[in-house]
Parts: sequence; C-alpha cells; structure tokens
Amino acid sequence: MTGFEAGIPSFGWVALAASMACAAGFIGAFALMRRMTLAADALSHVAVPGIGVAILLRVNPLVGALVALLVGAALIWSLEQRTRLATETIIGVVFSAALAVGALLTTREELIDALFGAPSTLSVWELGAGLAGASIVIAFILFARDRLIVMFLSSDVARTAGIDVRRLSLAYLLAFALTVALGLRYLGALLMGSLMIIPPATARYLARGLTGMLIISAAMAVFATLAGGWLASVFRQQSGPMIVVVAAGCFLVALAWRRSASIA
Amino acid sequence: MYPTANILDVEHLTVRLDKVEILRDLSFSVPRGSSLAVIGPNGSGKTVLFRALIGALPYSGVVRWAPGTRIGYVPQKLDLERHLPVTGRDLLLARARLARVSPDAIDAAIARVGLTPAMLDTPVGALSGGQFQRLLMAFALLANPTVLLLDEPTAGVDEPGQERLNDTVRRLQADGTTVLMISHDLSVVYRFATNVLCLTHHHTCFGVPRRVLTPDILADVYGEPMGLVVHDEPRE
Repeated sequence: MTGFEAGIPSFGWVALAASMACAAGFIGAFALMRRMTLAADALSHVAVPGIGVAILLRVNPLVGALVALLVGAALIWSLEQRTRLATETIIGVVFSAALAVGALLTTREELIDALFGAPSTLSVWELGAGLAGASIVIAFILFARDRLIVMFLSSDVARTAGIDVRRLSLAYLLAFALTVALGLRYLGALLMGSLMIIPPATARYLARGLTGMLIISAAMAVFATLAGGWLASVFRQQSGPMIVVVAAGCFLVALAWRRSASIA
Repeated sequence: MYPTANILDVEHLTVRLDKVEILRDLSFSVPRGSSLAVIGPNGSGKTVLFRALIGALPYSGVVRWAPGTRIGYVPQKLDLERHLPVTGRDLLLARARLARVSPDAIDAAIARVGLTPAMLDTPVGALSGGQFQRLLMAFALLANPTVLLLDEPTAGVDEPGQERLNDTVRRLQADGTTVLMISHDLSVVYRFATNVLCLTHHHTCFGVPRRVLTPDILADVYGEPMGLVVHDEPRE
C-alpha cells in the first residue's frame, strides 16, 4: 500500500501519519517554549547521513536515520553539558556538517527522497514500530509535562524542585529525535522540522493556555499531515512539500484571524 | 532572637568557570530565620554564588544545607519564551502537582504575594515586570520552602512594584522564612538584612549591615564613593 491510493487513504497510513503528527505537535510546542525551533529544523538534517550509510549497508533507510538521529540528539546533549555554547550554535555546527556528509554518501535520487519524503510500501513491521514509537513520545509528553514546563521556565528552578535536569533534557532530545524519524517517510529530512515548528506557531495565535496550545498544535499537525498527504496523492506530488504548504496555510489563516480579532 | 542552628554553612567555596576563578575561598553561615543580603558590583559572582548553592554549578569546598531544607529559588533570568499562551495558572498548577500540594494552595500562594486570580489567567507575556516577579515568588512559595533565594527580585520593576515586592519579602521574614537576596538597593539591604555578604573582584566581607555598609567599605566594594542615607534602624 502507498498511503492514499487513488485518493482513498489506507487505514495503516492514516493511523501512523496521525499518531506521528500528534507526537510532532506535542514535541514542537515544547520546542517553541525552549526557543529551539530553528534547532529543531536543523536536527532533522542529521537523518541524511544515517540514510546514506543504511543504503550502503543495505539495511532499512529508516533504521539508519533513527540511529543517526538518536546519536545526534545524544551528541547535542553531551555538548550542552560540556560547553557553554548555545544549543542553536551546537546544532548549527554539527548538523550542517551532517547534511554535507549525507549528501556525499547518497545518490541524487535517494537524496531527493530523503530530503522531501517519498511514498513507499508500508510493511506491518514498520506500521507496528511506528505506532509504538509515536505512542512512546505522546506518553512521555503527557507523563513529563509538568517537569518539562518547570525545566523550560528555568533549569535552575527545576533543580531546586528536585528535577534531574540532565536526564530530562536527554529524554526530551531523544523523544524529539524519535519524532523526526517517525515523520521522515511523510516529510523527509529537510521538511520534517517544519511539522514541529509551524503547528505550534499556529497554536500560539489561537490558544489561551498551555493545554489549549498542546491540543491545537497536535490537531493542526494531524490535519496538515492528512490533508497534505491526500492532496499529494490527488495531484501526484511529493507528500512533504504538500503537508508543509497546508500547515503554512493554516498558520497564515490563524495570523490573519488573530490580527482581525485584535483590531476589532 | 533567632534559633542558633544554621540553615546553611559554606566553607572554602571556590567556583571556576572556563578556568576563570569567579569565587575564591568563600566561607559564611546563614542562621535559620535570618536574612542575608549579597551585594557587589556586576560580574563579582553574586548569581554564580546562588547557582553554586543550589548545585547548578560545579565547585570545590563545602555547601551544607541543614537536613530537611526546602529551597525556593527566584532567578533573575528565565529560559522560557515569554510570548506564548502560557498563563501563570499553567505554571503554578505544574509546580503544585510536582510538589504534591493541593491546587487550593495556589490561592494561598498568590495571596501572600498580592496577585489576584484574574492575573493568573493572563498570559505571562502580558504581565508587568512586578507582576511577573510576584508570580515567580508565588511559584517558589508553593512548595512551602524553608529558605528563599531571590536574585535581584526588584530589578527592572517600577517604584510601586518594588514596594509591593519588598513588603512581600518582609512578611516572609516575619513568618520565619530564611531569605537570601541579591540586591543593589542598599537602603533595602540596610533595613531588612540580618547580615550582608559583599563580593568584589579581589576580596569579600561579611557582617551586620551597620558594620559592612560603611562609606569606606562601600567605596572599596564598588570602586567609587557611595552615599547611603539611612532613615530606619537596621535589623540586628
């Protein structure tokens, strides 16, 4: 199955896309709080060398991407602990280099698929692993929500509240990396970061509290993914750019609505 | 009179950041229920001292909090993006759940700092500097701290806001909470501190306000002559 065949979605595709997008909306809302939205975009690029190595070794490219992303997240965390550089600086240095290495390791066609996402056959194994991964991320956010809020308010305050800041930071970055890996099939390494930035940015204009922001962010991400995937199948386009176009359209509508509401 | 037991003992504390020595061989004690004011010019290591005391920075020497001490910390600088639809109630509810206290404790905490329930439902980015500082103080008070660390709580706050914050700190002192406060407002330090710790780039001094806040010592601490007009008697 290839997702939306002849405009009709397969259940597996929809279930995996919706759960991945929900995870992306949740994780992205906290990335906005942590002021690491640009970092989120750059982090997704580290999947490319992982995909390149996986193709060379003839293993599933998504497995290579996941390993590269988890190693990349651990690397950021380690550099954050050891240096006083800003997270954005560290990610900018490490992952620009990763994208360059990835481009050297992959062929032109594979690179385009890796960067923008490509519909392909969804195996039962991939569906199960994907649903499990999305469930882990969503459960982590719901379980650790209060600790994440306090840590992103101030890591020093979090320490006095008994929170293990180092461990929670690592867990968040790993959940972030896992979410990027889940979305590679649909959006590709270049655009996956957008699904973690645009829906929370849209929710910021519409919500009146944290719970509302999380719900709207997740709902926007799910809507953009499903609507974009369907439009891509109808117009025979790559899914990644179409999903981002839908998400960006929602953002512009929310922005216009907020402005008209504030003028009125 | 305060109990004689110290809530905090610091012995030979030295902090280095990137191989630069910020604090060197610092020793002092804080009696339970007293107030310590930390003064000094910018860059003298006041915030570094607080961060070392809460374990956020590596150090050599001894930092010993009395058993059962609960620390409430109000930082000068926040990591959070303020222009988000996050309300004060969101922050206080998260803290209350973590501290395993009833959400009803939020009403008591905001009453202590003089915030209204309506302010809690306002996005934090729309609060004034003084309201936001009082929200952070309520956040710290939710877990019933026995000691409160305040890093320049009135910086950037207008005059009426400063008065309200100082009143809040005074009430906490009266309730028996130990207060450690970084401040540039020497008249506030003179009136409310039990002891003053001054940090400079070359040495430190420690003692009651009357002995530390002299023109000679202040000129030495800040590197230029300082005037201090005192209207009230200091705490002893």
